[in-house]
Amino acid sequence: MQPDISVKHLSKVYGDGFQALKDINLDIKRGEIFALLGPNGAGKTTLISIICGIVNPSTGEVKAAGYDIIKDYRKARETIGLVPQELNTDSFETVWNAVSFSRGLFGKPPKPAHIEKVLKDLSLWDKRNNRIMSLSGGMKRRVMIAKALSHEPQILFLDEPTAGVDVELRRDMWEMVRKLRENGVTIILTTHYIEEAEEMADRIGVIRNGEIILVEDKAQLMTKLGKKELRLQLQQKLDKMPGELMLEPVELSDDGYELIYTFDSQQEQAGVARLLRTLGDLGIEYRDLQTRESSLEEIFVGLVHE
Amino acid sequence: MNLYGIRAIYNFEMARMRRTLMQSVLSPVISTCLYFVVFGSAIGSRMGDIDNIAYGAYIIPGLVMLSLLMQSISNASFGIYMPKFSGTIYEVLSAPVSYVEVVLGYVGAAATKSVILGLIILATAKFFVDYDVLHPFWMFSFLVLTSVTFSLFGFIIGIWADGFEKLQIVPMMIVTPLVFLGGTFYSIDMLPEIWQTISLFNPVVYLISGFRWAFYGVSDVHIAISVGMTLVFLTACMAGIWWIFKTGYRLRS
Repeated sequence: MQPDISVKHLSKVYGDGFQALKDINLDIKRGEIFALLGPNGAGKTTLISIICGIVNPSTGEVKAAGYDIIKDYRKARETIGLVPQELNTDSFETVWNAVSFSRGLFGKPPKPAHIEKVLKDLSLWDKRNNRIMSLSGGMKRRVMIAKALSHEPQILFLDEPTAGVDVELRRDMWEMVRKLRENGVTIILTTHYIEEAEEMADRIGVIRNGEIILVEDKAQLMTKLGKKELRLQLQQKLDKMPGELMLEPVELSDDGYELIYTFDSQQEQAGVARLLRTLGDLGIEYRDLQTRESSLEEIFVGLVHE
Repeated sequence: MNLYGIRAIYNFEMARMRRTLMQSVLSPVISTCLYFVVFGSAIGSRMGDIDNIAYGAYIIPGLVMLSLLMQSISNASFGIYMPKFSGTIYEVLSAPVSYVEVVLGYVGAAATKSVILGLIILATAKFFVDYDVLHPFWMFSFLVLTSVTFSLFGFIIGIWADGFEKLQIVPMMIVTPLVFLGGTFYSIDMLPEIWQTISLFNPVVYLISGFRWAFYGVSDVHIAISVGMTLVFLTACMAGIWWIFKTGYRLRS
């Protein structure tokens, strides 16, 4: 199946000589939620802006829904909805007019029933006649999403959609994104909240210094790059690490009451059994043990700092 | 062609005018009426005729042109500058609209506002000064042509400006002096010969002269030259806009 977004050898050098993107190659499948992660200034927004037509590419080819974004820009853009990072709204307009304007701008005839549905889905219906300037930050964010959905796009870009949004609204948005995906909308998400990507994404892409350094199925990424950790709370304080344990990736906590054993989540767990046997042989008793897997955030931090 | 897109931009801009009637319509009408009262009724009655036209009536085309130029520039420059300032320009840039359609929407709305304003000012002038329109078709054509041309010019200023001060510089520092020195209050035939020649480098002379011809059948320069010069400026503005969208100047990095 042809990808909904296809990026080939895309580079961007700004007028001041700064290279924001370096030979990006990326395919995003139809109907998936793709999370694009990267530190500030990595090139996430530049990549999105090029695909959406806001920034000109220097070299390379981009297709949206099979249409070249330069040669077939009309058809390509008709398929795309964008929720930008900044809260850029027409402050003096009403919610209804602003959302209707967006639909017309994207070449769609008026369809009040659709606008009504979008506003109701985003809990904006009661505010439809309010000027945008009178809304809270969270509500403005919803208006931005409503504008992006007004023309029924096949592909939706969410650039930091939940920045500055409270937890409840964030959960609502996650729910809305899931519903959109169920309806076949492809969603590309950038976020600083890694838990958001962990919660929602099907695949993860990591961009660093203008280069895509990893694209992976989320579950596989967690398995491949994730670490497991076994923590043992000791009955007696250890003053120093016993020599027999030096061969294992074990650390002793500063207070001497905890041993921390880190291992790959893919690795067979013989190491744990061996560690516990060694402790028994040494007469080191423990009163509790717990294991945990590393989060996507830890994997991400590890990747971008390599 | 994305007709819905053009209509969306056009309606959005017209809605802005309705929201700001005081600033968009009432304010220029009142200030122009003050000219009619002072120069037309009060001082004008003590001034001699020019080209056999009462002074109060003689200055009407120039004063309408002053408002028309200022408002066309102001409407169009503000129309495109505000989305740049507020950041909502991202939506226009990412929409399936060509630059021609963007210009039709913004400039069309700005020119419409100016034409409406021009007609309101002309209607209001009747309360203060008696005047006739000899060639109504040409008067209206000049009104539309000038509004479109200077709305295009205003659109360029709106793209160029990176602050509110720059939005005001061209209308206040360049256009206003050109209108005042372009024969609004006098015929350039009344000037010494050297100043007559210098005046011919002022593009506004041709606009006012042509517009006055439509009213009274008299002009400083031939009507064909007036129309020709306006079309030259129109073409120059269109070329400027074509270049802006081709290069993405101050729009797309």
